[in-house]
Amino acid sequence: MTSFAKPNIKLKNAKHNALGLTRHDYEGAMSTLCAGCGHDSVTACMAKAFFELSIEPHRAVKISGIGCSSKTTAYFLREAHGNNTVHGRMPSVATGAAAANAGLTYIGVSGDGDSLSIGMGQFAHAMRRNVNMLYMLENNGVYGLTKGQFSASADIGSKSKKGEVNIAPPIDPVTLALSLGATFVARAFSGDREQLVPLIKAGLKHNGFGLIDVISPCVSFNDHVGSTKSYAHTYKYYHPAVHADYVPMSEEIQTSYAAGEAVPVELHDGGSILLRKIDEDYDPRDRGAAYAQITERAAQGEIVTGLLYLDESQDDMAAVNKLTDRPLNTFPYDELCPGADALIELQKGFR
Amino acid sequence: MSSINDFVIKLANVNGTGSASANGLLMKSIFRMGVPVVGKNVFPSNIQGLPTWYEVRVTGAGYGARSGDVDMMVAMNANTYARDIAELRPGGVLIYDSTWPRQHVLSRTDVTVLGVPLAQMCNAAFKVARSRVLMKNMAYVGAVAALLDVDVEVIRTLVREMFAKKPKLVDLNMQAIALGYDYAMEHFECPLPFKVEKLNKTDGKIMIDGNTAAGLGCVYAGATVGAWYPITPSTSLMDAFKSWCEKFRVDPETGAHNYCIIQAEDELAAVGMVVGASWNGARSFTPTSGPGISLMSEFIGFAYYAEIPLVLFDVQRVGPSTGMPTRTQQCDVQMCAYASHGDTRHILLFPADPGECFTMAADAFDLAERYQTPVFVLSDIDIGMNDWMVDELQWDDARQPDRGKVLNAEQIEKLDKFYRYRDPDGDGIPYRTLPGTHPKGAYFTRGSGHNADGAYTENEAEYQEVLDRLVRKWRGAADHVPAPVVKTAKGGKANWGIIAYGSSDCAVLEACDTLAAEGLHLDYMRVRGFPFNDDVSDFVMAHDHVFIVEQNRDAQLRGLLLLETQIPRAKMFSILHYSGEPLTSHFVHDHIKEMARKEQSA
Repeated sequence: MTSFAKPNIKLKNAKHNALGLTRHDYEGAMSTLCAGCGHDSVTACMAKAFFELSIEPHRAVKISGIGCSSKTTAYFLREAHGNNTVHGRMPSVATGAAAANAGLTYIGVSGDGDSLSIGMGQFAHAMRRNVNMLYMLENNGVYGLTKGQFSASADIGSKSKKGEVNIAPPIDPVTLALSLGATFVARAFSGDREQLVPLIKAGLKHNGFGLIDVISPCVSFNDHVGSTKSYAHTYKYYHPAVHADYVPMSEEIQTSYAAGEAVPVELHDGGSILLRKIDEDYDPRDRGAAYAQITERAAQGEIVTGLLYLDESQDDMAAVNKLTDRPLNTFPYDELCPGADALIELQKGFR
Repeated sequence: MSSINDFVIKLANVNGTGSASANGLLMKSIFRMGVPVVGKNVFPSNIQGLPTWYEVRVTGAGYGARSGDVDMMVAMNANTYARDIAELRPGGVLIYDSTWPRQHVLSRTDVTVLGVPLAQMCNAAFKVARSRVLMKNMAYVGAVAALLDVDVEVIRTLVREMFAKKPKLVDLNMQAIALGYDYAMEHFECPLPFKVEKLNKTDGKIMIDGNTAAGLGCVYAGATVGAWYPITPSTSLMDAFKSWCEKFRVDPETGAHNYCIIQAEDELAAVGMVVGASWNGARSFTPTSGPGISLMSEFIGFAYYAEIPLVLFDVQRVGPSTGMPTRTQQCDVQMCAYASHGDTRHILLFPADPGECFTMAADAFDLAERYQTPVFVLSDIDIGMNDWMVDELQWDDARQPDRGKVLNAEQIEKLDKFYRYRDPDGDGIPYRTLPGTHPKGAYFTRGSGHNADGAYTENEAEYQEVLDRLVRKWRGAADHVPAPVVKTAKGGKANWGIIAYGSSDCAVLEACDTLAAEGLHLDYMRVRGFPFNDDVSDFVMAHDHVFIVEQNRDAQLRGLLLLETQIPRAKMFSILHYSGEPLTSHFVHDHIKEMARKEQSA
């Protein structure tokens, strides 16, 4: 038996959200990942974001592929359906699920191997379709479950635990997403919850495909000196450029920000994402400029983080396909079957 | 040789010259005269320039297969003259374009050669270059109509319907038809000894291809999500689904769609989308062909093990590998039966004609949801892309879909806890829940080892419990897939039997009739589903020998029978046709005749 339920420890002054639920209600099974794994922090951040957004757990859907990151869908939202699909194919399952019922909240959890190697095609096409989902890419530059091979996101010159030096150029999911027309592109670090939780909330509320590339170090195979995806390296070089906060429709936007410092972007649901620039030179509304900034900084070894690009004006997959507002999986059969008379009529064209 | 309503016209054309619509017009005109027809399009994997053939069998007796004869050859492709002329039976009629001298058409003295200056007439009559090419086809339709006594008024009505949206083209096409018709009337003795005579044997019949019918079946089944990657010969199935949805599934006021069709980036994604949509409670399907099934195999195993309904249409084409993409075979039977790694077994349906493509499409969704597993509808190019004359499609408005064991919110509320893979009913079929229904309904779907509760496991007994239940569940489907159809020989029990499936049916039925007329009686069973029910092996065991007719090299159905039943190997003889052309009744007849001869001399 290798699945453990998490003990339900009732904390006295546990906070309740608008649904009257506590953080515990957003947790899942015990993690079976290595102690100190960056993914466990990301899992906690996802649970916290759902809790703070007061999304009913059972109205969320968690979908993943194969790999350490993909296992984490079992470790939060125990009342949500999870689907741990096949390697690199999470996006297609999420796409089909979203087509069947656009009324649920979809979160996909994947890794750098799952997304940038075997699943690169599906990852790209889910962005191209603007499927309404949040895609968490837990990026550690390494294949953990098969014990330490470089992944496609490993930097040139980064050293493996055995001392091997990576020679193949990395694929950066963020610049890839920008070039493919993704509408919500973010990068974060599993070690910075203050930044990550608001990003997840914003990504869940974004209408369309949201990507958060989370640098999430692998303590067992890629957290040593010489690795560019270690905790130490990431702490040293990461550079928050734009902070993002989700503000629900019901709340007025705080006036504590100085004018010009924070830009509200209105969302489909009436709420907004408040973009707060940390780096004055950075513009998260300009795709080309964002791309240029990220690549220039990367060349200097800097990891630009935050909500790096946001475009709320694009139609998502459901709108592009003119889907009705009612979920397709709720249509009664008699509304779908044209019936015997229609069959007789249409066959006049086959004589 | 004179014959009324019993002959074959073969038209040899060049791909991309517009011959298909002319040939279809000729066939449909005869159908409208109340005379049963069989049309087979044998075409190249090419858009323009390579040879293509269209065969129209006129069969007052109402047989559905190719016979194997050619009585009239319309040789419009200089590159294939030699083989086309050679195919004509002695006493047959050859029609060719006599605009240019063709000495070698006279290589046969045992056929009647009729030259019609098609290009010359069309060049004189039409100005636009493209029209001259297209109208040559209509001109030979006119000539053939005169020679076979096809009713010109019927043709005219059809042309009007064809060009209802472009009335100017009606006159143009009728002019071309008249060129050929008048030329033939003037220069040849019309009609020929073999010709068409009005009948009333097409009442209650339609002409439809299997892909169109299957797409319609999906609409009637209530499918809402279709995902696909374009591949010959299945593409027209999704085209059909789309056009039926545009007709029936768009809100006239808002324009909103209650369907979603996604053209995926590849077959892996297409089936993944179907997995996602079906898991989420929408009836969902993907049409593909053999190469697509190869690519989908990983997800097929996932759906089998995680117990997610899937409906897959495999419109089979010639393999292996890319094979011959526009030629027909039944070559994916075993692959589909056991698709994916590990111990997997699937449900297969074998429609024999477009009528069954319609009904089995609807059945497939019921079976997939009842058994929470992949279901394959194994059509082929012959069924999928040729227009077949079939009985009008029927729909019973009382029919309700079988959505299987899906718990609703009230049912979940009453449970202490929901366990995904337990078997409370003892039929091997667990209960499932849909995302978003109820907080207590959640479970974790996985392709990794799991126990009856749905939890991850590597425990031997827990793993085996699930795997053993899966095969029990599959076996339970044997009596719920469409039952075999048996046609018993006249005059009691025959010693020999014959088994076929899918598009081989019509050729076998006709061969049985011919053999019976020659004194050789066989019982015939058409298999329509897998897993096999007991009737299948009982049929074989009740006969000394059984011939199994298949359109593949490796006797794939026979192989399944050997694996899945107790039938001794020596009882089953294969008749295998795998050239890529649709099976003929002569082929079946001749093989059995030969076996009979050997038996007698032994």
